Amino acid sequence: MSGEIVKSLIVPAHPHPVLCPEKNEGWQRVRDAYDDARRQIEESDADLIIVYSTLWPSVIGHQIQADPNPEWVMVDADFHDLGSIHYSLRIDTEFAEAWNQANINRGLESRTVSYHGFPVDVGSVVALELLNPDNRIPAVICSTNVYSNRAETTVLAKACMDVVKAQGKKAVAVSVMSLSNRMFTEPIEPHEDRIHSLKDDEWNRKILEFLSEGRLEDVGQLSRTIHDQIRVKKVVAFKPMWWLSAMNDNRNDLTGEVLAYEPIHGAGAAVVVLNPESNGTGDKEYDEDDVDFYGGDRNVLDSDKDAEPKQPINSGPALYDPVEGANAVNTSKAPKPVGAYPHARREGDLIYLSGVGPRQPGDNSIPGGPIKDSNGNPLNYDIKAQTRAVVDNIARILEEAGSSLDKVIDVTSFLVDMDRDFSGYNEVWAETLGKVGPTRTTLAIRALPTPIAVEMKVIAKA
Amino acid sequence: MAKGGIVAGCLAPHPPHLVYAENPEQNEPVSEGGWEQLRWGYERLRESLKDVDYDVIVILSPHWQTYVGTHFIGVEKCSSKSVDPVFPNLFRFNYDLTIDVELAKAIHDQAKSEGMSVKMMTNPDFRVDYGTIVSCHMVRPEWDKPIVSISSNRSLSYYSVEVMQEMMIELGKSTAKAIEESGKKCLLIASNSLSHRHFVTETNPPEDMSKEHITSHAMHLWDMRMIEMMREGKSQQIINEMPEFCEQAIAETDGGALTWLLSAMGVPSEPAILHGYGTIIGTGNAIMEWPCRNWGA
Repeated sequence: MSGEIVKSLIVPAHPHPVLCPEKNEGWQRVRDAYDDARRQIEESDADLIIVYSTLWPSVIGHQIQADPNPEWVMVDADFHDLGSIHYSLRIDTEFAEAWNQANINRGLESRTVSYHGFPVDVGSVVALELLNPDNRIPAVICSTNVYSNRAETTVLAKACMDVVKAQGKKAVAVSVMSLSNRMFTEPIEPHEDRIHSLKDDEWNRKILEFLSEGRLEDVGQLSRTIHDQIRVKKVVAFKPMWWLSAMNDNRNDLTGEVLAYEPIHGAGAAVVVLNPESNGTGDKEYDEDDVDFYGGDRNVLDSDKDAEPKQPINSGPALYDPVEGANAVNTSKAPKPVGAYPHARREGDLIYLSGVGPRQPGDNSIPGGPIKDSNGNPLNYDIKAQTRAVVDNIARILEEAGSSLDKVIDVTSFLVDMDRDFSGYNEVWAETLGKVGPTRTTLAIRALPTPIAVEMKVIAKA
Repeated sequence: MAKGGIVAGCLAPHPPHLVYAENPEQNEPVSEGGWEQLRWGYERLRESLKDVDYDVIVILSPHWQTYVGTHFIGVEKCSSKSVDPVFPNLFRFNYDLTIDVELAKAIHDQAKSEGMSVKMMTNPDFRVDYGTIVSCHMVRPEWDKPIVSISSNRSLSYYSVEVMQEMMIELGKSTAKAIEESGKKCLLIASNSLSHRHFVTETNPPEDMSKEHITSHAMHLWDMRMIEMMREGKSQQIINEMPEFCEQAIAETDGGALTWLLSAMGVPSEPAILHGYGTIIGTGNAIMEWPCRNWGA
């Protein structure tokens, strides 16, 4: 099963395109762009709409809507005079619950909400009302944590993608947000609307230039600067771009199209569609940490030092110090063995590695998450993250032996779920060892000693 | 017609945890209690106001956030369910309240005549914010007084604490003038906590008081400083130090309610009564009363 993001959208949150597009030509163009985006979704094979709304703040981690059918009447706090929006949404509760669990697996604080009368935020209501008016496609909605910064937001997206892939979804990712969000502080007539300042307009156009070129990751890199320059500080940081970028594997070569850019009460309202097809230009330029697991920077002042660690405890056998001896090669940069053996052994011109998994040296954590919890309940995990971690561990052991990845000559790989994981494993292989060209054998096995999905046995030249 | 007046001003924080812990019939979740220090503080405030005659509660809550001026509810009967989007597990409250539209409109008109950006909210589908409901319930659980609900103009977000305070001082003056001309006796409520850095995790159950404490020593020092100034009647100094307090304590006073309240009371040099102080998921909360009714003309 292989899921993916088939389309990504940036859409504005204000209610004007729903309630009164006819009052201003620009608002009507935003409405028309919304309609265009809706048609594009309908023509795709999308089976899920994932909404990340900056209009739903949360404090206790992230919250995910899990009521199968939230219904109410929404009235905007500022623009209540424009009217009411009766909403009745269709939520993919199975996905919502799985995303919540995937968040927890990756170290995030997270919970679902399912309560009659819960006030779905204006941004989510507007976006789903216009993109999915008949609820043809189920949706899922996630809050914006007011304190979260880049690492937490990136991991949130990766956890979401764990589930997209595990469930084989064809998903549309939607960031509901303004560009510049400074509104006029007094009522205006519709015909008076314009972007609040020339500076805001210039920044908005620069952002849209990047997006039209598919440079989503570049916009993500600029998030802090954008936030400082054109954002009223309602929440910490301009995070929807971090989320959307991570949902797209932090790519910079998407195909982008700006369907509309107009002012709504002074704020920058844009409808942008990003398609996964490569525009043929630009490689990824990713120079910030590509964090997979949220270790947390919270509760540093909490007096409860006995609290259980947030990271899932990886059940499994006791760990050993690697066995020393003639020709043995061991390193503290690789995870401890689960038995009495060395990390590697040199024999003549060859180096034989013991089976290498994705566990991390030091904290024994598993990038991409463990495949099951301590009670044996299956968890969603990211096979690509696990496979990358395996290759990284191999590289560290070879480096200790004075060798390197490009000297690997034979690999035997073990997967615990061939049907689910072969594709992702193969993709990472192609990006790494596949470029070296060792012989390879891949086997499906029932289990490994620790809750991991992949292990490799390697022979390399010294 | 006799002049209206302010019988008391109250700092009345609104964390939904307090209503949750009280288990009123209007709220759906059920608790084992918790946050007793603050709930007993509210009990003392209610006792202090028990024999005070007043007509209406005027409240400014930071959880009706408006960016286009200050808004006033202009619908007489408001009845619906209020669900806190941040703590929906604690607060799902069925409310049925009455708005004093006449006084709301009078304050609106007065503020407008002074050049402020204001708007009446007349959409009958509008849901009253949970901050207003929590504070009003904790001060007057009988719900037998009409209220005036004023939004929090987020001018701080657009400008600075200084500009926010200028606006709130003007709004406070307009509020006091409209009340005086209305002939009504009013209880004023600023619905906000003090230091406002939350924990980002929740205990199980949420009312596990063994985990409750202020988030940091710095927040505690700021809270105590503000309370001491209130107890000593140093209202002007509170206003003077508000920018530093908002920045360093991430204080919820950034919504303007406390400045509005102090202004409406004439920036009093009379001391406030501390009825209670406690923390809620790490934030600092004080229940204060300025007994204006005892101050003379």
